[in-house]
Amino acid sequence: MASNSNPTPSPAKTGGKPFLQINRIVKKFDDVFAVDEVSLDIQQGEIFALLGSSGCGKSTLLRMLAGFETPTSGQILLAGQDIVGLAPYERPINMMFQSYALFPHLTVWDNIAFGLHRDGMPKDQIAERVGQMLDLVQLKQYAKRKPHQLSGGQQQRVALARSLAKRPKLLLLDEPLGALDAKLRQRTQLELVHIIEQVGVTCVMVTHDQEEAMTMATRIGVMSEGKILQIGAPADIYETPNCLFVADFIGSVNIFKGTVEADAPDHVIVASPECKHYVSHGITGTQGMAVSIAVRPEKMSIQSTPPADSERESMAEVGFNVVQGVIEDLAYLGSLTTYHVKLDNGSKVKVTHTNAARHGEAQLTWGDKVYVWWCGSDVVVLTQ
Amino acid sequence: MATAALKSQSLATKLTGAWGRTAVISVPMVFLLVVFMLPFLVVFKISLSEMDAVFFKDIFTLRDDVIVLTLKYGNYISLTEDSLYFNAYFSSLKIALITTLICLAIAYPFAYFMARSPADRRPALLMLVMLPFWTSFLLRVYAWKMLLADSGVFNNAAIAMGLISEPLKMMNTPFSLVLGMVYTYVPFMILPLYANLVKMDLRLLEAALDLGATPWQAFWRITVPLSKSGIIAGSMLVFIPCVGEFVIPELLGGPETLMIGHVLWDEFFSNNDWPMAASVAVVMVGLIIIPLALFNKYQAESTGGGRA
Repeated sequence: MASNSNPTPSPAKTGGKPFLQINRIVKKFDDVFAVDEVSLDIQQGEIFALLGSSGCGKSTLLRMLAGFETPTSGQILLAGQDIVGLAPYERPINMMFQSYALFPHLTVWDNIAFGLHRDGMPKDQIAERVGQMLDLVQLKQYAKRKPHQLSGGQQQRVALARSLAKRPKLLLLDEPLGALDAKLRQRTQLELVHIIEQVGVTCVMVTHDQEEAMTMATRIGVMSEGKILQIGAPADIYETPNCLFVADFIGSVNIFKGTVEADAPDHVIVASPECKHYVSHGITGTQGMAVSIAVRPEKMSIQSTPPADSERESMAEVGFNVVQGVIEDLAYLGSLTTYHVKLDNGSKVKVTHTNAARHGEAQLTWGDKVYVWWCGSDVVVLTQ
Repeated sequence: MATAALKSQSLATKLTGAWGRTAVISVPMVFLLVVFMLPFLVVFKISLSEMDAVFFKDIFTLRDDVIVLTLKYGNYISLTEDSLYFNAYFSSLKIALITTLICLAIAYPFAYFMARSPADRRPALLMLVMLPFWTSFLLRVYAWKMLLADSGVFNNAAIAMGLISEPLKMMNTPFSLVLGMVYTYVPFMILPLYANLVKMDLRLLEAALDLGATPWQAFWRITVPLSKSGIIAGSMLVFIPCVGEFVIPELLGGPETLMIGHVLWDEFFSNNDWPMAASVAVVMVGLIIIPLALFNKYQAESTGGGRA
């Protein structure tokens, strides 16, 4: 899902210091920690997404970057300069607001020119810059309209043009596509990324929509209760979550609770009520330790017969796990089907099956006895 | 067949819908027609009538099988000839304008801070604005007489404190008149301004700050233009009644503050010249309505029929 057209510039390539450094930033509202000692480094040209459910502190963090909230303690360095003491209008940072906050009494043209006028830019230069911005978001013919005469998607583009017009060093996006309907959102996600890449601005966005974060961002920080739990590229976050919360928050996952039974260098056996899990990679843990096993539903196979010999052979190297159960529920979603399987010990797993052929193998249905299996290499062991 | 039936049905609902809309709109229309337009036409007719002792002559008379329309426009001519009327109109408009501007200057910050105060405190503040209406308006204007008189509370206190040795002449001056008018009408400015400002989306101000506007620039570029409809509504609510105000100038005004309300009263009840009084009233209404109508028309055009 990640747009790979713009690989994250590594610190080595950009030669040292990150462009935006957030050092141990804390924001307390009364006695509640909205943001709790968050540290974060963002490289120039990156699109970084703060992902979390509402109330996790992501918006507060963004508002501290914009200057609307003052941190209780901590440092924000933009290109080496501490910006904590600066008022919003003194920061080289612009924001695209949630539901846009376009000025209703001004035309599209005047909305985009607003920030340029405040900088005292000469009139002819303003006209030129506004023209460039209108070209960039393809709204030239709407320059004289008022915001309420535009569609949601057009308003979103005006908001983007307005926030880019001053050529900010840092662009903040607050739920950039939250106000659009699902179909339009998907199309706009990539369009927005292309425009941001074209301008080359460093970007921090806030969203609760994991698909939006994974589509647009080069790196994602998953936040919960004021802390960043994991930072990584979309694939890292999805395939190697570092804790139960991240595994559960991103996508859908089956969790098995168990204890480490055998700990060999190349594999681990974890015993849970469902089965003994063969994990084909080492973990940092000790025998007898309580762990959680996480398996994504699409990594599991489902079939009414046990895995055939050929399949067993292909998986022999990484090891595999098989459980048996009964289909209790299924949801046919067109491109894939989700099966809810009740295992023999009573616990439930979710398995998704891609419907690759129109009239494929004999369809599984309610009440069918099934075998569910997955590779030892597709298992994530979570110790926290 | 089925589609035809459907069509005719939807046409029927459309018709009743249109009819229902008309009916709803016509209720206030009829009300205004009866209580505003008809009385105005009666006054207008009186202004064009000739007096026959204590009766008005009919403007339509039947003479030798001919309907004769007699319109006496002499009153309107004398309005232009006697500088008394011009001075009274001019001073009414001037005092109303000054009052409106002072009200706006007081009410805007008041309404602004009321709208920005914590939401749980706003009902109490709103109550305080309306509190004066709980006592009689006459009583409150009389109270100002007590406060402002030569031997009134203010003068006595200032003399006692040694600030002045002679009482300041405050009563029956333009000062006392405008003070009384501002005092009376300022709530009518605050309420529409508050209703407007409290609805404002504060994120627009954040957006302005984000784009480099100082708080002061954000106020003038965003808050003030967006509260324009509140400013207009409040100004009309103050200006229009101020022009024809009678009681406050009678109680607090003086010889320098001749207002048209007083002239009207004189024509009606001292001179008993109802046609003259009626024409004074008609011109006053015209003076207020014509500029407002033009202003509204311009306003509607500049917003392009969009939302206010």
